[in-house]
Amino acid sequence: MGDGTEIGKVRGLGPGHQGAHHWLHQRYTAFGNLFLGAWFVTSLLLLSSLDMDTVRDWLAKPIPATALILLIVSTFYHARLGLQVAIEDYVHDEGSKAGLIGLLSLVFVAVGTFAVFCVLKISLTTGGSIL
Amino acid sequence: MTNRPLSPHLGVYKWGPHMLVSILHRITGDGLALVGMVVLVWWLGALAYGGSAYETFAWAAGTPIGYLVLIGISWAFFNHLCSGIRHFVLDIGAGFELHENRRFSVATLVAGILLTAAFWAAKVLL
Repeated sequence: MGDGTEIGKVRGLGPGHQGAHHWLHQRYTAFGNLFLGAWFVTSLLLLSSLDMDTVRDWLAKPIPATALILLIVSTFYHARLGLQVAIEDYVHDEGSKAGLIGLLSLVFVAVGTFAVFCVLKISLTTGGSIL
Repeated sequence: MTNRPLSPHLGVYKWGPHMLVSILHRITGDGLALVGMVVLVWWLGALAYGGSAYETFAWAAGTPIGYLVLIGISWAFFNHLCSGIRHFVLDIGAGFELHENRRFSVATLVAGILLTAAFWAAKVLL
């Protein structure tokens, strides 16, 4: 933001032109989270036990593993978008704001990749019948 | 940014259920994004590493603090889910009449608590 010309005084104070995209993606992922979250909670209740072998046998099946990976992608993306809004609302220094949002993206991509990899590893290394 | 007009400050409004729902949506959402993610990733990591890693997770989850965190996450999940559905309704332009908005806000809070209680009751009984 400059302070010389009339246009320089207002440049940078307007919208970031990412709002509609952010808003829509938050809704798309919210819709996904609604169904995947309901499935996940129901599954936790219906599993006979939450001991390691029972959970691993459950994730060895293709559909639960797929649904859990979709849940991770949808919730992590939604969480990143939500935390971005919190940062934008409470961090007022432009440099810190941009830095934190960048860091947020890196952390969520890294941790999300780890989570997806864990599901794949559990699913692909658990023996026995997959049905 | 100096000398720009400001909207009326938060402090001038009388508190109502819609304000509580709004701030709880943010608190539960950011709570799930931070605490919920850590617990989910710990659980998945423990399952992937197996053996003593899962024992450590199961031990931590079974302590009083563990239960407190898990109950907190479950309430945050159900509360955020209910207020999220409220957001979908508000997004289409419905539910802004004063009395309806108030009723819907209270229903959101009650439903979040009831679903949490139902989840743990089912967990114990099933």
